[in-house]
Amino acid sequence: MWKTILRRLLIMIPQLIILSLLVFLLAKMMPGDPFSGSINPNTDPKQIEALRRAAGLYDPWYVQYFRWVGNLFHGDLGTSYIQHVPVTSLIADRANNTFWLSLLTTILTYSIAIPLGITAGRHQDQWQDTGVQIFNYITLATPGFVFYILGLWLFGFTLGWFPISGSVSANASGFWGVLGSRLYHMIFPAILYALIATTGTVQYLRTGIVDNKVEDYVRTARSKGVPENVVFHKHILRNSLLPIAAFLGNTITGLLSGSMIIESVFSYPGMGKLFLDSISQRDYTTLTALILIFGILTLIGNLLSDIIMSIIDPRIRIQ
Amino acid sequence: MADKKKDTATKKASKKDATPKATLPPSGFRVAVREILRSKSALTALIIIILILLLTFGGSLFLNRAQITEMNIVDAYYGWGQGGHLLGTDDGGRDILKLLIMGGRNSIMIGISVTVITEIVGLVVGLVSGYYGGVVDAIIMRIVDFIQILPQMPIIIVLTTVIPNYNAVTLVFLIAMFGWTPTARYYRSFILSQRDRDYVLASKTSGSSNFQIMFREVLPNITSMIIIDVVLTIAGNIGIETSLSFLGYGLPTTTPSLGTLIGFANDPVNVINRPWLWLPATILLLVISLSINYVGRALQRAGDARQREN
Repeated sequence: MWKTILRRLLIMIPQLIILSLLVFLLAKMMPGDPFSGSINPNTDPKQIEALRRAAGLYDPWYVQYFRWVGNLFHGDLGTSYIQHVPVTSLIADRANNTFWLSLLTTILTYSIAIPLGITAGRHQDQWQDTGVQIFNYITLATPGFVFYILGLWLFGFTLGWFPISGSVSANASGFWGVLGSRLYHMIFPAILYALIATTGTVQYLRTGIVDNKVEDYVRTARSKGVPENVVFHKHILRNSLLPIAAFLGNTITGLLSGSMIIESVFSYPGMGKLFLDSISQRDYTTLTALILIFGILTLIGNLLSDIIMSIIDPRIRIQ
Repeated sequence: MADKKKDTATKKASKKDATPKATLPPSGFRVAVREILRSKSALTALIIIILILLLTFGGSLFLNRAQITEMNIVDAYYGWGQGGHLLGTDDGGRDILKLLIMGGRNSIMIGISVTVITEIVGLVVGLVSGYYGGVVDAIIMRIVDFIQILPQMPIIIVLTTVIPNYNAVTLVFLIAMFGWTPTARYYRSFILSQRDRDYVLASKTSGSSNFQIMFREVLPNITSMIIIDVVLTIAGNIGIETSLSFLGYGLPTTTPSLGTLIGFANDPVNVINRPWLWLPATILLLVISLSINYVGRALQRAGDARQREN
C-alpha cells in the first residue's frame, strides 16, 4: 500500500510543475504589472520603466518563472495591484470562510445522501426508491445557481428565515454570539449546496446496494443463517460504502469549483467571491494566486481519493 | 479466399434486399425512439423540448437582434403586462419576452455547439485510446487526468477577460476545451471492453485495418451510448454556459442569454421588487434542464436494459 501512495505522490510532482507553468503562462497573458496601478499624470514614465527593470519584468520568461516559484516556496504570492497589500493576507481570511462553509456542506451532504441512498437501495423499485429517484433526478438536472436563486428568493427574501448575504452579523458579540451568527449565515447556503451535491453519492450507494444484494457472498451469508439485519449492515452496506469513501476527495474538489457560484449568490465572503471581485477589479496577482490555490487543492483532493481507495480496496493497489 | 469473402458479401446484400430491416438488429437511434414513445412521461418531456425549440428558434426568426438589444431608458422597468410588454422590460427598456426567446435560443445553441465539438473530439480520443491501449492509452489518459484536475471555471473566466475579440464562438471553444475529457473517458472505458470481443478479432483476422475496425465495427455498436451522452451533455453544457453568463463572464453583454437574464437576481432589489426580470428565465432554464435530463435518463435506462439482456 505504501508503494501505491508513494507512486501516487510521485505522479503529483510533474502535475504540480505543469500546473505552475500553466498558471504562470496565464499570469503573463494578463495585462498590467505591479506598477501600472501607481501611474498617475505626475509620474515620470522613465521612472516607472526603471522600476520595472529593477523588478525583473524584462528578464527572460524562465528567469521570471523560477523567481516566481522561489517566492511561492517562501509563501510570497505577490502584492495585489489594486489593494497594495500582500495577496496572502487577502486570501487568508477568505480561505477560512470557504473552509468552514465547505466543511459544513460536506457533513450535510453525507448526512442527507447516505440515508437516502440506503433507503433507495434497500427498497428497490418500491415507493421509497421512486421518491429518492425523483429527488435525485431533480438535484442532478437543476443547474446549481437556479436552485440557489429560487431558494434564496423563497426562504431568504419571501419567508425571511435566513440571512441573504454575508458571513457574520455586524452586531454579534462574544464567542458564542459570533459562532451562532456564523452558523446562521452558513447553514442555508450549505443546505442548498449539499442538496445539489448529494446526487453522485445517492446514486453510487443505491447502485452499490442493488448490485451487492444479489452477489454470491450475500447468498452464502443468508444460507448460513446470518440474520437479515446483519447481512445488510455487515455485508451489503460495507461493500457499497467503498466507492462513497473514495468519492470523498472528489466531493471536496467539486465543492471548491462550485464555491464561486454559491458564494456569489449569497454574497458570502469566501475565496470564490474574492475571485469574482478580483476579476471585476482586474486584480491579476490575486487571480493568479487563487487559480494556483484552486489547482493545488484539486490535486490534493484527487490524491486523497486515490489514497483512500488504495487503503480500502486492495484490488487496485500497484504490485 | 477473396472470392469467398466477396461471395458472402453479395449473399448478405441480397438477403438484405429480400427482407428489408427484418434481419438487421434495431439501430441505436430506433431503439431510442421506441423507448421514448413507450414511456408517457419521457414522451411528455420530449414534447416540451420540441415546444421550447419551436418557441425559441422559431420565435427568433421574427425578431431583430439589434432592435431587441437597443436601449430605451424611458421604457425601463415596466412590470408584468405594462406598456404592451407581456413580461415587462429590463433596465434598458428591452422587452423581457423577446430577450427570453433570443436568450433561450442562444443558450441552447451554445449547448449544442459545445456538445458537437466535445462529442467528436471525445469519441475519437476515446476510440483511439481504448482501442490501441498500452502506451498510447497511458499518454492520452495522463493528459485527460491533468485537464480534469484543472480549476475549469476560474480558468475560463480569466480567459474570457484576457482574450481579444472575445465572442460567442470563443466561449464555445473555451467550454469545449475542458468538456471533451469526461466524454473521452466514457467512451474509452467502453471500447476497452469491446476490443477483445469476437467480432473485433474476426474483423482483424479478415484483414480490416485498425481504422476500419474502430469506425466501421466498434462505432456502430456504441450508437445508443452516443445518443445518451449527447443528450445529457447538451443539458450539462447549457448549465455551464448559463452559469458563466450568470456570473457575468459568459456570452458578451450584447448577446442575450438565459444566464444573463437570471443574473438580474444578483441585485437584491430585483429579487424582491422586479421578479419579472429573472423569474421567467429561471423557470425556462429549469424546464429545459429537467426535460432534457429526463429524456436522457429514459434513454439511459433503455440502454441498461439492453446491456442486461446480452
